[in-house]
Amino acid sequence: MNPFSRLNSFFNRLPVNLAIIVMCLIWIIPTLGLFITSFRTSEDVRTSGWWTAFSPKKPVGVKEYNAYCASCHGQDGKGVLKADLTDSTLLEKYPRSNRLLGMLRQPINGKPHLIIPELPQKPTDALELLTPIVTYMQSLNSKQGFVQSQFTLRNYADALVGYKGTQDYSTDCEQKVPSTLAKFKCRWTDLLNPEGMGRAFLNTIAVAIPSTILPILIAAFAAYAFAWMDFKGRMWLFALLVGLQIVPLQMTLVPIARLYVNLGLQSTFLGIWLFHTGFGLPYAIYLMRNFIGSLPREVFESVYLDGANHFTAFWQMVLPLSTPAIASLAIFQFLWIWNDFLVAKIFLSSNPVLTVQITNLIDPRGGNWHIMTGAAFLSFIIPMIVFFAFQKTFVRGLLAGSVKG
Amino acid sequence: MVPTIMKQGRWVPFFYLLPALIIMFIFIVYPMFNTFVLSFMDKRGTLPAATSCVEGEPCWGNLENYRYALTSNTMLTALRNNSLWLILMVPGTVIAGLLFAVLADQVRYEALAKSIIFMPMAISFIGAGIIWRFVYYIETGRGEQIGILNAFIVGFGGKPIAWLSTPPINNIALMVVGIWLWSGFCMTILSAALKAVPSEILEAARVDGANELSVFFKIILPLIMPTIVVVTTTMVINVLKIFDIVFVMTGGNFSTEVIANRMFNLIVTDTGRSMAIAVLLVVLTIPIMIFNVYRFRQQEAMR
Repeated sequence: MNPFSRLNSFFNRLPVNLAIIVMCLIWIIPTLGLFITSFRTSEDVRTSGWWTAFSPKKPVGVKEYNAYCASCHGQDGKGVLKADLTDSTLLEKYPRSNRLLGMLRQPINGKPHLIIPELPQKPTDALELLTPIVTYMQSLNSKQGFVQSQFTLRNYADALVGYKGTQDYSTDCEQKVPSTLAKFKCRWTDLLNPEGMGRAFLNTIAVAIPSTILPILIAAFAAYAFAWMDFKGRMWLFALLVGLQIVPLQMTLVPIARLYVNLGLQSTFLGIWLFHTGFGLPYAIYLMRNFIGSLPREVFESVYLDGANHFTAFWQMVLPLSTPAIASLAIFQFLWIWNDFLVAKIFLSSNPVLTVQITNLIDPRGGNWHIMTGAAFLSFIIPMIVFFAFQKTFVRGLLAGSVKG
Repeated sequence: MVPTIMKQGRWVPFFYLLPALIIMFIFIVYPMFNTFVLSFMDKRGTLPAATSCVEGEPCWGNLENYRYALTSNTMLTALRNNSLWLILMVPGTVIAGLLFAVLADQVRYEALAKSIIFMPMAISFIGAGIIWRFVYYIETGRGEQIGILNAFIVGFGGKPIAWLSTPPINNIALMVVGIWLWSGFCMTILSAALKAVPSEILEAARVDGANELSVFFKIILPLIMPTIVVVTTTMVINVLKIFDIVFVMTGGNFSTEVIANRMFNLIVTDTGRSMAIAVLLVVLTIPIMIFNVYRFRQQEAMR
């Protein structure tokens, strides 16, 4: 092959390749950002973008420290002997900017602590200024030196147990913080805390597996009847089914919720299994019927000549032959239920599933991104595995029918 | 046709059908009627809707909830937004999906590239909402921008934008999330249709001197048109029902309300109104339901 023709074809294709790569990047960057953030410390998440995670960290607060403190305490914090800023017992008294502000407002040796420049009068402004200084002082003290970003699994621990305090779950447990000990036992049983993602994970599994098996089983019977049995109104009934596929779920929420209250099924797993079964059926029957109906009729004729009846034909021949359709359907239904929010929010609020639990964890001010990102990723693990392991089967199911919603 | 040898009794089919029919009746058919009835009731769903009318204000009698659903300001915003979603997001996903299907068809790493675009389909809308809230995040204090979009803008010397609370930009921001989520779906189905176009036809056209653009617009596009129609109708349904994205990202505030979110918000506080909105949602989907049934009948006739 002529080397130039290869080069030529590469340059001809260059715009195509570029377009694909740019589009892929746009698609992957948001998820990547979430993924990387979920492994960063809460301090890092709050102060710098995730794209800086692999570059050396810009020291926080240098400018502020130099402006206010360095003239007396010195660059290294050891300028004043009685107040050595690298001393950890001293630092522990000022874990947050409000404590530091309180101390700075006190006179020292009869004179104001800070003369030139003065701290802003408005407390909020002063606090905002002192926050980076606190961080800087801690970095003076820290042995590791804070220069390199650290990655951590603590966000995942926080998300799993549903920790909502100001530090993180593991640290609180080590330091025996009372408010945390009141709620957690610092043992594995904390994973079952109803406010955590661990418990939500179990709830989701408990919802998703029966809600996947049940509709497929029931649909298989019905699909067989639609495909290989003769009865009045067959086409009419099936056309109705095609229409039912896209009935908006919203249409049925309140009547079913009321029904459930009367039957004592509200907030039970049985209730949500049945609801998902009802809504999974039209699509499942449609897809299975198209598949079973396309099996060659000669096969049916020959098993009937051998004396089979409908039930044996269905159970011993049709079901095994339908494995591909069942697999597609199962993956489809499973992902749909795993990712469902609306139905779980209404019918299973006392046992929140992953999607519902995530919305419970949202802090409207955006102060807990480190936990949110971990929580979101916990909810992605199973669907991602299913998706990448069975992508072909999933796509086949998508192509076989119209699509449910 | 069913082979004659397989003839069965009159009632046998119903033993196979009955479990499915009963469950579908209880969970889909009966609630639809019940919802329809409730849409003429008051807040608690016990008294006729006319009782919730206020003296001196416009009232539609027992259709009062429909007055809310069709003329109130919030609902007009929701209807306007759903129309916007329809006009922008449906073509957006279909075109992005088609474009990517056509492009990826020409390279060797097609499978990998398509997986990346398709991946958002595996995760929940709630999860996607969190991913994009983080992208759009704005730091209003003195700290650094940790949302990548605003960091980008600030990096080029611009001012950060409150993507999710500034109309009308927030509606566009939400639609971008929708396009990100659904393009992979459109791409997958359209890509399968593209692959089914016989290459002989394309070769023949190229030999006759047609350039790539006219091959695409005059041959490929007409051939895959039926699939484009199917994908478009599916997307229309998805957009009409759009809920989770709005719920988790803006909660319908800052004029980003949509029909399904309004319906959800009113479920507990005002059942009558909520149900009227649900009925409205179904009425909007009926044309597509009819179209799907019609298409199905045509397919069956060809079998």
